[in-house]
Amino acid sequence: MSATAARRAVTAPPGIGKFSAVSAKVVVLVICCAVVILPFLSVVSTSIADQKQITNAGGYVLWPTHPSLNAYRAILNGGVVTRALMVSIGITVVGTLLSLTATTALAYGLSRSGSFAHKPILMVVLFTLLFGPGIIPNYLVIKELGLLNSYWSLILPTLINAFNVIVIRAFIMNIPQDLIDSAKIDGATEMQVLRRIVLPLSKAVLSVIGLFFAVGYWNNFFNALLYMNDTSKWPLQLVLRTYVVNNAPLGSDQLQVGAEALPPPQSLQMAILVISLVPILLVYPFLQRHFAKGVLLGAVKG
Amino acid sequence: MAVTEHQPGDLLQQDRPRPVSASNRLSRMQRLRRDKALLLFALPGVVALLLFHYLPLLGNVIAFQDYQPFLGISGSDWVGFQNFSVIFNGDPEFLHALENTLILTILQVVFVFPAPIALALLLNSLAHEWIKRVVQSILYLPHFLSWVIVVALFQQVLGNAGLMNDTLRAHGMHTFSIIGNPHLFKVLITSQVVWKDTGWGTILFLAALSRIDAALYEASDVDGASRIRQLWHVTLPGLRSLIVLLGILRLGDVLTVGFEQIVLQQGPVGTDVSEVLDTYVYNNGILGGNWGVSAAVGLVKGVVGVALVLGANKLAHIFGEQGVYQS
Repeated sequence: MSATAARRAVTAPPGIGKFSAVSAKVVVLVICCAVVILPFLSVVSTSIADQKQITNAGGYVLWPTHPSLNAYRAILNGGVVTRALMVSIGITVVGTLLSLTATTALAYGLSRSGSFAHKPILMVVLFTLLFGPGIIPNYLVIKELGLLNSYWSLILPTLINAFNVIVIRAFIMNIPQDLIDSAKIDGATEMQVLRRIVLPLSKAVLSVIGLFFAVGYWNNFFNALLYMNDTSKWPLQLVLRTYVVNNAPLGSDQLQVGAEALPPPQSLQMAILVISLVPILLVYPFLQRHFAKGVLLGAVKG
Repeated sequence: MAVTEHQPGDLLQQDRPRPVSASNRLSRMQRLRRDKALLLFALPGVVALLLFHYLPLLGNVIAFQDYQPFLGISGSDWVGFQNFSVIFNGDPEFLHALENTLILTILQVVFVFPAPIALALLLNSLAHEWIKRVVQSILYLPHFLSWVIVVALFQQVLGNAGLMNDTLRAHGMHTFSIIGNPHLFKVLITSQVVWKDTGWGTILFLAALSRIDAALYEASDVDGASRIRQLWHVTLPGLRSLIVLLGILRLGDVLTVGFEQIVLQQGPVGTDVSEVLDTYVYNNGILGGNWGVSAAVGLVKGVVGVALVLGANKLAHIFGEQGVYQS
């Protein structure tokens, strides 16, 4: 078969050669997309498949014949996963709001060249991009501040990200100074300028940075691994590691479900995975729209 | 050069003077009073950075101490450079972690770094705008998943009881042990990085490609240049500054290879093949209680990273590139 294909390639007229180059490219791209999509398909299918089909398939299912939501009912019934989900949602909402507020305020505070101490403060921010303190000193500081096993240890260390400050600052600095000056002549305070002029004009960049913060808090595993020993305060990512990656048994002790009503373990694991994926998939189209408009790149490029 | 005007490095050069109302004619006190509100806005963020970035930076002094948690920093003995002897005398465990780190770095530079460039060129060569957009939407997605999710997905597909081996077994074929196989660990780690970040990596390259002057392609067409020659003489020179910039940034991370990703998968394969510098610091320090030594290794790693970025940036300037920043 490959010999025929080779002969055809040799004798093919140039027009067909060009056509096959395009189709080769399309094939490569289709394979790339399949490699990304297939795992998701398998995970979702297995999470809603029944025991019989999972046993027949040997473990994983690509297309469920008798879909059921039992696995989701089991893990959302209270118990380990439900609690972790609540923790993750709380951390993400509070963290994103605080990060966005503090970052925007810092960016606005640094947005006027020639303002008092503007250069040294900017250096303080920029230097953090160059040199990270390292795992051990970070841990010791969290410990000394008494934040071990506190939800704040999942928010405060990542509250400010210098890169985001720079992006928002660049955006604010592109707002015409005349607008701000004329508001000030009319007697507006800095707070009023920020709320009435700067924030409405920066909505696009703020929503992108906010989504990035949210994704970051939702996905945060590192800080939780370091600072959270108390399993009852674990966010979803640690639960995911324990019960899915490390395969710890997930039974009626962890879930508040009777043993007889327990869905197949593979479905339970995959349902946890799906639940941790859903928020990302929900915000993704919004992120996507901003890439399309080039808002983010426009901001990054200055 | 069209591309250089649009690099992320430009961000820092944005400090072009703005018509601030004659700030230099005011005294310091007057400026302080005028900008009081701005300083108050900056305060919470600066405090957060001081507490969670600069304070830990000072905490690095325990690298020079025989640190005991119950004695604290003030109570622990100073031991000079003793903790650094692990590095300078070549403690086998440390050397092993260093070796694994460098091998992974080389694998990543060879396979991870060029992958987005190739994919961007491929996407760019397709005429259909909507195909491009659909493919981009799909391939950007993995970047937004946490490492826990990526590792779990890989297990589900490639694991011993995963989708691939299930299918092979159902058809009576030979199965492959990929997850938990020490021999394939570094390949697995590298392919996970490729899967997660190649799509996302194309963003900057696609932007740079769209800024290359179309007239250059037309002119080379007229001169009879082949596609390959166009790639070599027009496209790649257009991407050069960006490649240099990303290369410099990557260099700063030569000693950093995915802590989360590796910690998640160390268990089944053992530390022999999987220990890297970051996991060495974590396992030895936070889990093992060797605080001083781990802090010393972390400190040296950080300093080497900064030195490499500064050095590479200098080198880029010597070769007439813009680099990350301008001195």
